Amino acid sequence: MSFHSILFEGTEDSITKETLEAPIFFIDLNLDQIIDAITAGKQEYNLKPFFYTPLNDVDAVKYRHEIFRDLENKKMFEDIKSFSQKMRTMREHLAKADKLYYKYQKERWFLETIEIYCDAVNCLVHDLSLADLKSRGFMAFCEYLTDYSNSERFRSLLAETKKLFDDLSSVKYCMLIKDGSIKVRKYESEIDYSATVEETFEKFKHGAVKDYRVQFFGGPADMNHVEAAVLDLVAKLYPDIFLYLDNYCVKNSSYLDETIGFFDREIEFYVAYLEFTAIFKRGGLQFCYPQIVSKSKEVYDCEGFDLALAYKLEKSSVVCNDFYLKDKERIFVVSGPNQGGKTTFARAFGQLHYLASVGCPVPGREAQLFLFDRLFTHFEKEEDMKNLRGKLQDDLVRIQSILNQATSNSIIIMNEIFTSTTLQDDIFLSKKLMEKIIELDLLCVWVTFIDELASFGEETVSMVSTAVPENPALRTYKILRKPADGLAYAIAIAEKYRLTYDSLKERIKS
Amino acid sequence: MKAFLMFKDQDFDLKGKMPWNEQALTQDLELNTLFGAMALGDEFLLEVAKKAVLSGLNNDLTTILYRQNILKDCLKNPSVVRDIYDIAMEAIGSEKKAYFFTYFSKYPGAILSRSIEVLQMFVGMLKKLRNIADEHADKFESEGFMPFFAMLRRELGEEYFSSIQNHLRELKFRDGVLISAELGKGNKGINYILRKSQDKKQSWIERIFAKKPPVYTFNLHPRDENGARALSELRDRGINLVANALAQSTDHILSFFSMLRTELAFYVGCLNLHEQLAQMKEPMSFPLPVASTERRHSFTDLYDVCLALTMKQKIVGNDVNADNKDLVIITGANQGGKSTFLRSIGLSQLMMQCGMFAPAQSFSSNVCDGLFTHYKREEDTTMKSGKLDEELSRMSDIVDKITSNSMVLFNESFAATNEREGSEIARQIVSALLENRLKVFFVTHLYKFAHGFCDKKMENGAIFLRAERQTDGGRTFKLIEGEPLQTSYGEDLYKRIFGTDD
Repeated sequence: MSFHSILFEGTEDSITKETLEAPIFFIDLNLDQIIDAITAGKQEYNLKPFFYTPLNDVDAVKYRHEIFRDLENKKMFEDIKSFSQKMRTMREHLAKADKLYYKYQKERWFLETIEIYCDAVNCLVHDLSLADLKSRGFMAFCEYLTDYSNSERFRSLLAETKKLFDDLSSVKYCMLIKDGSIKVRKYESEIDYSATVEETFEKFKHGAVKDYRVQFFGGPADMNHVEAAVLDLVAKLYPDIFLYLDNYCVKNSSYLDETIGFFDREIEFYVAYLEFTAIFKRGGLQFCYPQIVSKSKEVYDCEGFDLALAYKLEKSSVVCNDFYLKDKERIFVVSGPNQGGKTTFARAFGQLHYLASVGCPVPGREAQLFLFDRLFTHFEKEEDMKNLRGKLQDDLVRIQSILNQATSNSIIIMNEIFTSTTLQDDIFLSKKLMEKIIELDLLCVWVTFIDELASFGEETVSMVSTAVPENPALRTYKILRKPADGLAYAIAIAEKYRLTYDSLKERIKS
Repeated sequence: MKAFLMFKDQDFDLKGKMPWNEQALTQDLELNTLFGAMALGDEFLLEVAKKAVLSGLNNDLTTILYRQNILKDCLKNPSVVRDIYDIAMEAIGSEKKAYFFTYFSKYPGAILSRSIEVLQMFVGMLKKLRNIADEHADKFESEGFMPFFAMLRRELGEEYFSSIQNHLRELKFRDGVLISAELGKGNKGINYILRKSQDKKQSWIERIFAKKPPVYTFNLHPRDENGARALSELRDRGINLVANALAQSTDHILSFFSMLRTELAFYVGCLNLHEQLAQMKEPMSFPLPVASTERRHSFTDLYDVCLALTMKQKIVGNDVNADNKDLVIITGANQGGKSTFLRSIGLSQLMMQCGMFAPAQSFSSNVCDGLFTHYKREEDTTMKSGKLDEELSRMSDIVDKITSNSMVLFNESFAATNEREGSEIARQIVSALLENRLKVFFVTHLYKFAHGFCDKKMENGAIFLRAERQTDGGRTFKLIEGEPLQTSYGEDLYKRIFGTDD
């Protein structure tokens, strides 16, 4: 089997046109924040298009899972990181070489660039040959890379590079600087005068003293015209070596293997994601490889969480929630106190499904998720509250458009819609909408305060946000699967204000 | 090259750790008076005196005797010692002037020329030292001074001085700077090393027929200012290491002079003190230290050196034999010389352990591993209860640091409460200290406490001293051996201050 890409097994799956535009629901689900955080500092790889393109084949997801699993091996991960670092250094080196002016300096930089490339390839071949690879992707790539490293093309590149390095490091010359002139000739075993002087004063040596060596600024990229002039004279002292260098640079102007170049970019998709999840794993949160289903709609996740929120909270802990749908259940109706984590739950549901669809491990201990064809969100936007009538109309238009596009394999996530009308209207419209959703057999999360929706039918599951009974002001952010009565919460607040039945009886007495 | 005048085989560390209770010792024993007399207004002498005296508690017997012998040489040849001290001072002073402008220089060229200048000066000073060694070495006989002079004569020969001069001349680079280099990253020159052609003596025939290796020359355009800067940077890279080597050598020689100055400063301080006490005709003697595990404390005409220095006259001394005693309890009349005596115990111990003479006709004691003072503090008199707290908290700090074979001086401690409680506290504390092999001097009015130790049978007994009262109520300031009496002589004081009623 020939290697095609570390992201896709066959050519037929490839992204034909990479998009730089995030899917429309990204903002509602805070997926934009997640992907920004994942790709931060990796702009040069342009990874976002990979995260913007969900897969629509269960096997394509598995292909990526296998690669993720191989990379979860710590050694393997470090090996890949080290390869990436070398390739990055190589690119920087090449970019600098392009900007340089003096011929022999420029040529040396180019030589060093190729050396870094050869080293990156050799190390990776070596590391992969020792690794216990399980994924189709890595096994195919390893085979490709081994063939490449044994090819005549690469072998001779390596040999020439090494010879030039050896030759250049044998160059040793002397400069006699006097007034405004420099005489350059080969070195003839003259003695090290600093050492002689040091020896003379040896007897006074006593403990550590200040280091008077001056640090000269300017790295190897800085060369002034005097140094360049000296370098030209040195080249005249060693004409053969420098002629060889000239020819080498011309001959090897396109040294980089295209497939390896692609691999270097695409593998970063996995590295970036694993590095991101590592932050949370250190904090005790878990990630898992979800079972991906496309026929059944039984989905579940244990100890899942909102990844964007977890990232924002940093050290403080995020609350994990469980959910499951089985048999005919399709729709989560989430109700309960505000600020109790309802929206977060809805977002997490969407994030989980989306991340699963691009082949990534997802928050949670164990999960089974549905491979959707389309994902729709409808979140209330505060700024729209001004024009009430207009908004209701907008809501309905949008919902209608969603329902027109949705198939039975789609997911819809709604957050407090129709709030801009009377309760009666709201209930009426919601019930109508619910019928449509059930008819389409959509997977759905619906955040609402209308209790009636929670017990609409066998397709709906009621989820309720909760508070600590003793202190209702304190939210647990736990979303539990239970009937939407809202009583526990109300009683807790009543107790706090001493307005329960018992409390009132006592108070009224006096 | 090292002076080794404070220790046989190590330098005297001016930054070494001071005893934890430095401040209490200084205050309770009025050490600043002693330091002041040693320093005579010189800050550096003051610093060294403090350090040497207070860190003396760490010295072993060998070091104490090593210093005593050096000090004897100093007392015989005070002017030679002061001359050497002055040379060290002058070297350090001249270096400081040259130092100021180039310490932070970014240019090896500047560092190099400054170092050459300083080294020229140092060579002059080293020659002076060498001359003193030639002239006076035979007058010194201590184990410390003899090798010092021998070292100067061995290491600082004429030949050595002329080889230094040659280098200093060579380093002015009249024929240009020869530097070797290799190609590093980006083909930029690296490993710049200053080179010197080997002076091969070739015959004229060899010279003519020798194969001439190719030489290429680059000439800078006269108006190329950037080029001139680049050229001088290249030169600087070449001389970077030698400039460093030379600058470090000046530092090393400077540190030789600094160490010489520091170590001699202690003896100069001793000379200063000796001269002042001699003028008052106070007795001084080299004490006989014995091991810390023994119990020895015997002396004749021991006086409080600080009181003498303050009074500027000869004062009354004490004779005591407290050999084989763990505990010395001093009781008796107020203003009878108890505190003065206690201070003279602490001072003489410190002076002996740092290697100095003792302020006594004769003096012998065991060295102690630590010296602690627990004095009644006057400042808190208004707060009775808080004062005992404060005293006990200080005691607790001392107990944290104390080790066997240390010595503790108590002055009217635990008197901030009533006598019975004070006595009981003191008894418990002192008993515990003694059982842990500590030596205790205790000045007290606590009769119950003091008397309690009279009856007690101890392995190493206690000795009781009393401030003597003459029958007319006048004081002699001399202590005599005697068990505690129930009353102190407050009545006398009262009478003297208020006059008699009748």
